Amino acid sequence: MAQLVSTKINNDPIQFVCEPQEPLLDALRDRVGLTGVKEGCGTGDCGACSIILDGTLVCSCLVLGVEAEGRAIETVEGMADGATLHPLQTKFLEHAALQCGICTPGFLIAAKALLKNNPAPTEEEIRYALAGNLCRCTGYDKIVRAVQDAAKVMRKG
Amino acid sequence: MLTGEGLVQYVAPETTKDAVAILAKARGSTHVLAGGSDLLVRMKGGYVEPDLIVDIKRIKKLHEVSKVAGGFVIGAAVSCASMGSNKALKKAWPGIVEAANLIGSDQIQGRCTIAGNMCNASPAADSVPALVAAGARAKIAGPKGKRAVLVEKFATAPGKTCLKKGEFVERIELPKRLAKSGDAYLRFIPRTEMDIAVVSAGINLTLDRKGIITDARVALGAVAPTVLLVAPAAKAIVGTALDDDALEKLGAACSNACNPIDDKRGTVEFRIRVAAVLAKRAAKLAYTRAGGK
Amino acid sequence: MSNNTKFTGQSFKSVGTRPLRPDGLDKVTGRARYGADIQLPGQLTALILRSPHAHATIKSIDTSKAEKLKGVKAVLTSADLPDKNKGDQDLFDILDNCMARKKVLYDGHSVAAVAAIDAVTARAALKLIKVEYAILPHVTDVDEAVKPKAPLLNRKCITQGVEPTPKKASNVAKRTEFGHGNTETGFAEADFVKERNFKTEQTHQGYIEPHACVASYSPDGTAELWVCTQGHFVFRQQCAALLGMDVSKLRVTPTEIGGGFGGKTHVWAEPVALALSRKANRPVKLVMSREEVFRASGPTSATSIDIKIGITKDGTITAGDATLRYSNGPYVGPWAMLGAMTAFACYDLKNVRTVGYEVLVNRPKTTAYRAPSAPMAAFAVESVIDELAAEIGMDPVEVRIKNAAKEGSQSSYGPVYGPIGIGPTLEAAQKHPHMSAKLGKNQGRGMACGFWFNFGGQTCTDLNIAPDGTVTLTVGTIDVGGARASLSLIAAEELGISYEDVKAVVGDTTSVGYNDMTDGSRGTFSSSMATIIAARNAISILKERAATMWEIPVDKVIWEEGHAKATGKKHGNLAPLSLAEIAAEAPNTGGPIAGHNELVADGAGVSFATHICDVEVDRETGRTKVVRYTVIQDAGKAVHPTYVEGQYQGGAAQGIGWALNEEYIYGDDGRLQNPGFLDYRIPVCSDLPMIDTQILEIPNPNHPYGVRGVGETSIVPPLAAVANAVSNAAGVRMTHVPMSAPRILKAIDSAQD
Repeated sequence: MAQLVSTKINNDPIQFVCEPQEPLLDALRDRVGLTGVKEGCGTGDCGACSIILDGTLVCSCLVLGVEAEGRAIETVEGMADGATLHPLQTKFLEHAALQCGICTPGFLIAAKALLKNNPAPTEEEIRYALAGNLCRCTGYDKIVRAVQDAAKVMRKG
Repeated sequence: MLTGEGLVQYVAPETTKDAVAILAKARGSTHVLAGGSDLLVRMKGGYVEPDLIVDIKRIKKLHEVSKVAGGFVIGAAVSCASMGSNKALKKAWPGIVEAANLIGSDQIQGRCTIAGNMCNASPAADSVPALVAAGARAKIAGPKGKRAVLVEKFATAPGKTCLKKGEFVERIELPKRLAKSGDAYLRFIPRTEMDIAVVSAGINLTLDRKGIITDARVALGAVAPTVLLVAPAAKAIVGTALDDDALEKLGAACSNACNPIDDKRGTVEFRIRVAAVLAKRAAKLAYTRAGGK
Repeated sequence: MSNNTKFTGQSFKSVGTRPLRPDGLDKVTGRARYGADIQLPGQLTALILRSPHAHATIKSIDTSKAEKLKGVKAVLTSADLPDKNKGDQDLFDILDNCMARKKVLYDGHSVAAVAAIDAVTARAALKLIKVEYAILPHVTDVDEAVKPKAPLLNRKCITQGVEPTPKKASNVAKRTEFGHGNTETGFAEADFVKERNFKTEQTHQGYIEPHACVASYSPDGTAELWVCTQGHFVFRQQCAALLGMDVSKLRVTPTEIGGGFGGKTHVWAEPVALALSRKANRPVKLVMSREEVFRASGPTSATSIDIKIGITKDGTITAGDATLRYSNGPYVGPWAMLGAMTAFACYDLKNVRTVGYEVLVNRPKTTAYRAPSAPMAAFAVESVIDELAAEIGMDPVEVRIKNAAKEGSQSSYGPVYGPIGIGPTLEAAQKHPHMSAKLGKNQGRGMACGFWFNFGGQTCTDLNIAPDGTVTLTVGTIDVGGARASLSLIAAEELGISYEDVKAVVGDTTSVGYNDMTDGSRGTFSSSMATIIAARNAISILKERAATMWEIPVDKVIWEEGHAKATGKKHGNLAPLSLAEIAAEAPNTGGPIAGHNELVADGAGVSFATHICDVEVDRETGRTKVVRYTVIQDAGKAVHPTYVEGQYQGGAAQGIGWALNEEYIYGDDGRLQNPGFLDYRIPVCSDLPMIDTQILEIPNPNHPYGVRGVGETSIVPPLAAVANAVSNAAGVRMTHVPMSAPRILKAIDSAQD
């Protein structure tokens, strides 16, 4: 039976109705209209659907929509402050850390979660922290550099 | 005609007692949801079509990691990521925490649990060989009360567990970390991350003052239908200071215990051989952690 | 870029700079719309029922129960997609692949489809469709399939290209041969001859975005399709043909594309979505799952390649011979042919012969994958060249330099080369610090070369100047890796205005003329040619308008730095008119100003690369890690160097994945065992080092700015470069890709025996 779910998404109070077996990913995309959250696999292997759920980085394809009751969700749509981009978004653009861009929302969210816990990660730490996000276009080189550069900017505040 | 799929029920009880009551009454395909990193994948693939999903994450107690006189208690809803950030646990059982932290990505870590890893009953589960080596127990809640089962007895076959109708795993209990003891877990995967173990080894050992191993438990993953506790492998190193000869015997005992299959992840030959390699490397690591030189 | 070959005769203002891409902001904020992001009112959800069998006759399909399920609006089988193109075998094959007719030919072959009010209902409906199969023996291995007693996929398959025409059917659909000279004579002249068989497993492009489309068919016979594709015009042609529509009545709008690498050059589910929409009279969205992507779309060939190369003691290759068997899936394609054409293309050989066999197997239809067929052939050839170099005690780079093709060499596939980059990339590799860096324990270094043709093809571009002097550039080639930025730079360069004043968009099929798809590294090459000519056409109009404004003869007007300038003593004192000033006056001087061009972009310059790779091998487990990687490639002229680097790095990463881990694994039952990113293991971030790049610029004389395609060549050398590195680290020649840990361990063992 479909259930009503009350959440906070990107700081806005949002309610949606979804079936109990429906992944949060589908609810966010189809019910809330947040299509910035991407589906690459639906099985937690690619990270394109990454969101931050109550402060924890998760794959929204591995969370049920109904589990989000009372929880706070952050998606790529909430990263910029109005017209001001988040430093990670700016650096992804500057470093050309995206080609097709389908993995980009997931990478941005995962990198945001990383830098919150570790403001000065080494290259190796960045690579392991982002291992759950697949990119098939870039070979990751420019993504790692963008995260390093964004970390530097964010440390300076 | 209406489809069965539209009638799925989701409940999130707030106490163990309620969870047990719901599970005991449930009919049809019933699934306990902790981290969901296995259940949702199986639902996506159409392998599982639940009638009832019982989410145990709203039971507050199950989110706790506590240090008790007898060791550690890890609630069934504790994510592997939060195990990784528990310093005391990490210090006492580095092998277990590392094993738990090897499961999937950071995203998966935020959700997955060692209880779920064990309940999935895969022979390749990363945390299970480490738990078996530690002598960990699963505390099970059910309609007839609570019971404890050694982790090596929990899975009975691939995908099958000893859980009875109405039961679920409430927590994992780790024994007390003894002086001069240490554990380690190593696995082989083709990439650096994101893979299921092709073969794995978990070892826990205790030394005397001279660095002689007095007690050991050796467990292997992905080399048999369930995770193996390999007594002859332990025997091969007990009474030694993990010299080369002991290591060779350990490796041989591990290879000998393997009963693997050829599959998409590895061959019989490869698993048998690398089980020995990993057991030797894990033993050395555990030995060092125990204070051996 | 210190080793750049000097670009002759031109200096650029915009080209060669690195501005931000125009589509970037939408992609970092989640606004960009991809295939699955399109939503239409009243839209239905479609799902496809797929065969669980590798090879079977379809005895019957009963859809009656599914049709009766509440919420189901259409159920489709091959009866709803009849063959309307009698006699056109290519179109029939596409149709049969989209919806199986009498037989299913691989695990995942579609047999029916439904459109319903939601996914839950559609899934339930699929379960109610009853298909009765008669299972047939199957064959998935390319070497097994060519054996005389192998199960036949197609009883009418008589090998083409063989004289006399065979009387018996086989799984060998076609034979092609290339070369010149006499290889027997060549081998007789050699001091050493090496012969080996190499195998490569089937890989998938692995784009992160699954195939997705929304189709809306109207009762008046017109239709619209939104789809992630590399070629919306080609999709329009094929979908219209398969549905029996007039081509111009189908409007195809390309969405942003989440990776393609060749896999989105073929139609898969789009004709099915259109047919469902026609039947249901509602818009239909069809999105493949990841499992469907692996089981039923775009892998490249699995191959088995025999190589024989002869060399003299002083390092001259006297002859090269290759026999290449490529799996095609159930339908014949050009795959072995492309392997045969590219195998020896890096070298200047007196005697060379390559023979390709297209082999039918019970696997999904083989599809283009970035420089299709070339990586496997290069793996085989470059491995043997390394072995021969060791045999004669010569440095592997030196051997290659000695035999490299150059301007005037006859290529192994026929044409004579113009100015080319193989020699310069090799010389750059020789000088590169990577080549002389010290190796650690258990580490090995390998290098290899690669070639790709690059395509040109049909192209059409519109350049419209707005009243404020800004410019819209409408192209018809899909932007897969930053082409909108590159083409904006080109338009800005030609018009003499700033990059920021140009907005490039990819037009739908109604807004610009026909364009071939973005394949063969042709997007930037061909659309930039059309853009340059369109801009020049616009400039001639701008000059006319300036002449009108000045009331002077047009031949006294020149165009310089974005301005019309009057020349000659009489008019030289007139102040230059900017593009914006002329545009503002357009209503009074003859109306809108635009440039247009359509052409067949000939002369795509061939492209070469040399890669260097260091690996570390764990000799106890066979585990391999790439520790350093360098790509050196000729770009002709790098329009936007950052995106050129991106192409180099991305291709190298895909090649590394192929070399070490990626493969289709079939069970004895003919079913794909690993249709997901868990067990089809593409490289993750922690698997790779930074990938260094060096761009060389040997101008393509056929392009006004010297541009060559850059997108594909980068995937050609890695299989061989990694294999040579692993072979050097492990001390044993690796002949089977991917070099998974079990294969490496086995090779080490057999070398010790």
